[in-house]
Amino acid sequence: MKSLVSRIIQAGLVAVLIGTATFAMMRALPGDMAWRIASHRYGYDNVDAAAADAVREELALDGPALPALLRWLGDLARLDFGNSLVSGAPVMDEVVHQLGASLQLAVAALALSLLIGPPLGILAGLRPGGLLDRGLLVLSTGLRAVPQFLLALVLILLLSVGLGLLPAAGHGAARHFILPTVTLALGLAAVNARIARDAMARIAAMPFWRFAEWKGLSRRQVLLRHGLRNVAVPLVTYLGLQFVTLVEGVVIVESVFGWPGIGHALVHAIFARDVPMVQATALVLGLGFVLVNAGVDAVTRTLDPRGLA
Amino acid sequence: MTSIAHRPAARTGFAWARSLGAALVALALAFAILGPVLVPGDPFAQSLLKALAGPEAGAPLGYDHLGRSIYHRLAHALRLSPLIALAAVATAGALGLTLGTLAAARGGWTDRVLTTLADALLALPGLLLVLIVLAIMPSTATGFWLGLSLVLWVEFFRLTRAAVRDTLASPAVQATRLLGFGPVYVFRRHLWPEIAPMMLTAGAFGMATAIMGIAALGFVSVGMRAPTPELGLMMVELMPYWQEAPHALLAPVSATFGLLLGLTLLAGSRET
Repeated sequence: MKSLVSRIIQAGLVAVLIGTATFAMMRALPGDMAWRIASHRYGYDNVDAAAADAVREELALDGPALPALLRWLGDLARLDFGNSLVSGAPVMDEVVHQLGASLQLAVAALALSLLIGPPLGILAGLRPGGLLDRGLLVLSTGLRAVPQFLLALVLILLLSVGLGLLPAAGHGAARHFILPTVTLALGLAAVNARIARDAMARIAAMPFWRFAEWKGLSRRQVLLRHGLRNVAVPLVTYLGLQFVTLVEGVVIVESVFGWPGIGHALVHAIFARDVPMVQATALVLGLGFVLVNAGVDAVTRTLDPRGLA
Repeated sequence: MTSIAHRPAARTGFAWARSLGAALVALALAFAILGPVLVPGDPFAQSLLKALAGPEAGAPLGYDHLGRSIYHRLAHALRLSPLIALAAVATAGALGLTLGTLAAARGGWTDRVLTTLADALLALPGLLLVLIVLAIMPSTATGFWLGLSLVLWVEFFRLTRAAVRDTLASPAVQATRLLGFGPVYVFRRHLWPEIAPMMLTAGAFGMATAIMGIAALGFVSVGMRAPTPELGLMMVELMPYWQEAPHALLAPVSATFGLLLGLTLLAGSRET
């Protein structure tokens, strides 16, 4: 209950921070904002000084910053993002559309990273200091030092430009998924594997683990009954943190591979100074993180009801 | 959540990895500082006749697509990002240290307000914040510095707050206070030795994050603007010529990887 309240406060603060930042951005933009907005509202041919003044009046673009900021935040609270300064379409529709594409990519990457990382990590953790453990340490350290865009670059050069196996960019067919998903998943798996490995090594050294072995359970039974749940707790906790990495990855990877998702949209909106779009996408990303963390809290508590994690 | 404080420092090969990391970082910095001194040249001078040409005496790493010396552009880029990153980490470290100590020592409302603010910032992906700040402040180096500082201070704040709270409650600090020593003495004698190694780790990690962020934004063309030599920007500029002049693309790629690997190793093992 307490954590729910703090999550709601966090969500509210995130909204205010992004709202204020985008408001500052709106004011800092070069050019006459009122003319720009008016021309998007009424069409370029119909806009005149009176219309611009009406907009200026309505949005208090000239006036003192504080009341204008409060009004701006009020619009935000009602989820009124207005229209894109570039396409003129309602921001809400575009964001909903892009969110779908991004979620597909994020879920695929997360699933793939969970298939690669934790199994390797558990195997390494069962025999700390072994060949697999040392190899995994080197591999994951190396992978973590590779920025995602660099990984993307290498994959594009090798697989699509060099061998011509996969399309370098695009969206729609299943094969478009492969490169961006692998890029994102490798970065996530590098961390996943380390966490699973550390947790597994710690648990395998505990007395209850030895007791389970001693009472005659096979390795497999010990792992399934006593190991996995305990490994899962830190893993799930860190999945929440990894979501930040995932979102940042999405921003970069989507731009590199031309994936029509929210990260791609954000970069373009920043580039075009399309403030309402920036505001909406940033808000969706920030609130998504809070939501995921709340979910992670709930799952962790189910996995480990002792209230430790 | 993330705490490096309670992780065992002694791990097999740990010291070895740190030395390797320090050596890699030192190598990159030595090249950035001494490179242009050893072979004088201009990172901006163009000569289209030499576009994508191989190495020669005046340009030991060859030329890029506009006939600019890759050697000198790389040295320039290796000064720029680490410098911004260092400034951001220093600012963030000082801010995080001060506010973290304040929050832990004062407690109550001060602590609650600061922690809530840190939590809210933590919920924002760092790149997003940097992007927004960059959009408000178009002069890019200052924008990067400000945005990155804004992102990085949270980590220092959380680490400091946790360490200071534990240490302040320890019998040693209580004894020191009973003996009548002031807060400055307590900080120097008890808190700083506790915090310092953590700060170093978090600093190296923050540097890596910052350099990666600058390069990533450069690569998707929303960071530094051409013709500024910057690691990510150099890569994206040279990517179309990867087949004609692989050495050209390889230079910024290996420099970035080496620098980041060095910083990651220097920071030591830690999650996320």
